[in-house]
Amino acid sequence: MKKSDVIIGSKLRRRLLAGTAGIGTLAVLSPARIFAAEVGSSGALGFAELPDGTLAEQFLYTLPGKVPLIKKTYRPPNFETPIEYFRAPITPNKAFFVRWHLAGIPQVKAKDWSLTVGGESVQNELKFTLERLKREFKPAEITAVCLCSGNRRGMFEPHVPGVEWGVGAMGNARWRGVRLKDVLAKAGVKGDALEVVLDGADQPALDKTPDFAKSIPVEVALNENTLIAFEMNGQPLPHWNGFPARLIVPGWTGTYWVKQLVSVKVVSKPEANFWMSTAYRIPRGMFKTPSFKSQLGKPNEPITTMVVNSLITSLKSGQQIPRGKPLPVKGIAWDGGAGIERVEVSTDYGSSWQRATLGKDRGRFSFREFALNVPAKEPGSLVVMARATSRSGETQVEKLIHNPAGYHHNVIQRVYVEIV
Amino acid sequence: MRTVIAVLALAVAGGALAQESKVVLRDGPGKDKAMQCVACHSLDYIHMNSRFLDKAGWTASVNKMINVFGAPIPKDDVETIASYLAQNFGKPAQK
Repeated sequence: MKKSDVIIGSKLRRRLLAGTAGIGTLAVLSPARIFAAEVGSSGALGFAELPDGTLAEQFLYTLPGKVPLIKKTYRPPNFETPIEYFRAPITPNKAFFVRWHLAGIPQVKAKDWSLTVGGESVQNELKFTLERLKREFKPAEITAVCLCSGNRRGMFEPHVPGVEWGVGAMGNARWRGVRLKDVLAKAGVKGDALEVVLDGADQPALDKTPDFAKSIPVEVALNENTLIAFEMNGQPLPHWNGFPARLIVPGWTGTYWVKQLVSVKVVSKPEANFWMSTAYRIPRGMFKTPSFKSQLGKPNEPITTMVVNSLITSLKSGQQIPRGKPLPVKGIAWDGGAGIERVEVSTDYGSSWQRATLGKDRGRFSFREFALNVPAKEPGSLVVMARATSRSGETQVEKLIHNPAGYHHNVIQRVYVEIV
Repeated sequence: MRTVIAVLALAVAGGALAQESKVVLRDGPGKDKAMQCVACHSLDYIHMNSRFLDKAGWTASVNKMINVFGAPIPKDDVETIASYLAQNFGKPAQK
């Protein structure tokens, strides 16, 4: 293959991904070989490629206590889970992605840690040690996906600034702790409670930088699935994932899952800090996700729950598959809490879809595995697509819903394999 | 520059990963001013966000760092930093 062919192939492919070229041109492509060697390449997975500078600067790097993860940035640390770990429905703690906003991340010791529960809308301010929390409240456990709001941001075309994530700013774990509602009941929630504000022990490098704190609607805080978790997959939370305790808000994007949680405040007015009023916002009405009613702004509103999505984990673009054997299409699907109704696979550019078999149901907030064998009889390029639909009828989109901060990328993946 | 180095030393003491120092910015006019960014974050943030922003995009980013995150960058340096970033990490000119 001449170099010019590669360039043309890649450009054409980009147009194809954007949905602007006809079906006929697909047959001439064998485009993805050029991407396959790069760490964390989204092009290799059949998506639009990450920015050039992102690809050039990212590589596998081992944080203390972790397996090698895809380094996006050192400080604050932002590390992505390689795709291999999504071949199992539960993401191992050592491979779980790392995402921090502020550079000051203390090494918290369990014996020194305490959680303050207060705010103007509780009757009594309380302070808990880890021991006391575990002793006084009934344990609760839930399997749930933690997904960074900006997961897949790097695949936005045109690109938008931010942490240029590929597909791995997410993970699925069994979280164990106590229910936030039980803790709040002990403090006594007043009738005027509107939001619950969560703050972690992390600190900015400069005093002037807004501290990272998030709020959730009081009804979400009082939901039985919202936990203060100390354990992840049967082990204490890793330092990088919020030791000794973090908030778990199943269905909601990771920004609300405050790590190293030290303060819970029940308030009667909307929390107005930068991370609520300006960051983590989507244009109003652009997505069908529920609104955070006390935080609605004029042009935008906070991101809330995850959109339905899936990831093919068994194939990479450019991979050569011997003909004659069935081609295993496997992966995972998830959504914002309705649960996965079905995943369908297409090998004819979406003209027809075939239902995949779903794996074990680990609850409506968990990854759901899917698998389907498709025939691979004729030599040539084959495009494999997967599309998940939730029990609320929501399905993945064919064309990106572009938004300024790069949230909710759930475009249908197209993996190009070669049958040889 | 002395302040920048002092701030960097603080940041490193605050738990930065040693390998961070391997991330370097390309030489060019304005690089010294752009080095102020390390007060709050590693320089790979700049590489990661390249090459797709034009000068207006980089100016907006620098202004966000000052106005929202409180970066102690003199207003007079914004133009120099944005030009440096656009030149070295900006969107390539249309062919």
